[in-house]
Amino acid sequence: MTHRSVEVPVIARVEGEGALHIRVEDHTITDLRLEIYEPPRFFEAFLRGRHFSEVPDIVPRICGICPVAYQMSAVHGLERLFGAQVPEGTHELRRLLYCGEWIESHVLHVFLLAAPDFLALPNAIEMAKTHPELVKTALEIKRIGNDLMALIGGREIHPVSPRVGGFSKAPRRKELEPFLPRLEWALEQMPGIADFAASLSAPALERPVEFVSMVNDDEYPMNVGGMGSTEGRRFDATTYEDVTREVHVEHSNALHSVMAETGTPYFTGPLARFNLNAQHLTPVAREVAERTGLGVPENDPFFSLAARLAETTLAIEESIRLIERYVAPDPPMVEVRPRAGRATWTTEAPRGTLYHRYDVAEDGTIVEAKIVPPTSQNLRHMEEDLRAFLPGVLDTSDEELTRLCEMVVRNYDPCISCATHFLRLDIERA
Amino acid sequence: MSAAPAENGNARPRVAVFKMASCDGCQLQILDAEEALLELAGAIGIVNFAEASSHMEPGPYDVTLVEGSVSTPEQEEQIRRIRHDTRFLITIGACATSGGVQALRNATGRHEEFVRHVYPTPEYVASLEDSHPISDYVDVDLELTGCPIDRGELLHSISSLLRGAVPRISTSPVCVECKRRGYVCVVVAKGEPCLGPVTRTGCGALCPGWGRGCYGCFGPAQPSNNTEALGRRFADLGLTAKETADRFRFITGWAPAFREAADELEGVGGRRASGSPRAKEESSP
Repeated sequence: MTHRSVEVPVIARVEGEGALHIRVEDHTITDLRLEIYEPPRFFEAFLRGRHFSEVPDIVPRICGICPVAYQMSAVHGLERLFGAQVPEGTHELRRLLYCGEWIESHVLHVFLLAAPDFLALPNAIEMAKTHPELVKTALEIKRIGNDLMALIGGREIHPVSPRVGGFSKAPRRKELEPFLPRLEWALEQMPGIADFAASLSAPALERPVEFVSMVNDDEYPMNVGGMGSTEGRRFDATTYEDVTREVHVEHSNALHSVMAETGTPYFTGPLARFNLNAQHLTPVAREVAERTGLGVPENDPFFSLAARLAETTLAIEESIRLIERYVAPDPPMVEVRPRAGRATWTTEAPRGTLYHRYDVAEDGTIVEAKIVPPTSQNLRHMEEDLRAFLPGVLDTSDEELTRLCEMVVRNYDPCISCATHFLRLDIERA
Repeated sequence: MSAAPAENGNARPRVAVFKMASCDGCQLQILDAEEALLELAGAIGIVNFAEASSHMEPGPYDVTLVEGSVSTPEQEEQIRRIRHDTRFLITIGACATSGGVQALRNATGRHEEFVRHVYPTPEYVASLEDSHPISDYVDVDLELTGCPIDRGELLHSISSLLRGAVPRISTSPVCVECKRRGYVCVVVAKGEPCLGPVTRTGCGALCPGWGRGCYGCFGPAQPSNNTEALGRRFADLGLTAKETADRFRFITGWAPAFREAADELEGVGGRRASGSPRAKEESSP
């Protein structure tokens, strides 16, 4: 019997810290564990006893890459519980803020974290040498997303303006208008970027998948909508914890999610949103999808990068539309009176569905909190992808195997800070 | 303080970035420096930055940036190793400099219960009772506070070090910045509690500029720090002692000045004031 063992101490270019342990005996994988050693920070515990108005300042600290997602799931949920009528224009401004985060996060992932893989380069700094114009263009597009977040939120990491009841301050129209030519420029770049993505050679992984994302009759979902799955499940935030279930495994500081009914894993994120909401893609986003070869249904997780580019394009087009029609909410926020009860909400973080639940006392104190981030929902599915993918590539060198495993994991753009962090590869070949 | 990084022949200074318990936001500030980063990459060699590159070199390093708090037994060892491998250690962000928002567990003394509350199988989880700033374990050459850190302060610090100069980081309170920018005071105009009088600026008086009170992301200002008077002002605005204590016990709540202010208000008298593991080690024979 032959035995093989490889160690990768830290999975690079993911947000957070994790490790992968694989044991191979006679060309069969006998053990596979995605270890999450990002230390626990106990947000759900220390949220108890805090005032509801502090929640939008606390929860973004779960993740510096997608702080807006955390703020949005929280403020929407609490507002619904309290029956707050937010000022007209709040929904549009929140969507615009979210568009900024999608642009920033997706472009960061595609160019700084993922694309070097497809070119077999160690990082974006090396990629800036081989593809200088492309990297420059990408960084400028990302900058637009960052700047939008900074204008609306005060800063792009941990914005300060989102409040339960609206915004502490809303931008003036003339502050947003200068974004229009920049966004138009970015939109013109996207088809060319799509062609670059289409030219990359990626591995393939075809297997049955249950995709889960928000669905919305009117628009590509970000802040508002019910839940859907490609297996025909329909539910919403109020039943999220009945339909899905969290399980704790020894090797992970992040909980795994499965479907409660079947015990099976599911896949949330850009590819899930695309598969369930492609009819709401904006015109250029549709063109970008076509150029990258992305069509419904698409089960191959390596197409996640293409879905991110389509969504980046959608976020650019939506930003243009929202700015053109922008009327500043006035006043920017309403005073909110708490009442006792349960607040639940989902929004679509760049990496997938983010569920929040808060049980609130009459005086507005948080009694219980539950936060289910997209990366922990995807962990079980990531492990299964690796199980399906590895047998075909086991004969490669440890170095190449590490790279391929990291690519499989990176399809999910895992944010391990959210899910708690990420990848040390340890392959035992027996 | 000797600011110049180590000489290693004609080679570029070797820079490393490490993460402990944190949200990645401060590392993201490095990635968000984009053009400045690409430019800096010519002057320095970022030889170990797992979030940005799969190419990771072992130490020694001339400059190391550490994000995050020490929060697990493994990290206690890791930070000592990093210090040993590093000439100039910079800690970045609220977590690394004061334990971060996750240090909210410290004052409760209920770590065990926290683990049980969040994790169905507590024995799978290795976590320290307290979330510690890096300086609880090792000597730190420069602390950049903020949640997240300010990109300008970071770039200024690195480029100062490259020139062999001591970085100049303002320690004055947010109030000074508000006056400089001509912002209307949110306490006076809106009756809204604001930590601006006792919080270090670095954010550019962000929250008052966006129509709300400061919540202390950059930690206590230096040297004057009249938290007691501010507490009285908050009481005048109608806040209970608990509500005022919660203001201090927040993003940078484990920073000594804010911790003591909250302890005072809650009448716990610094019950857990000397929690530094290093203090314990040094005092033992």
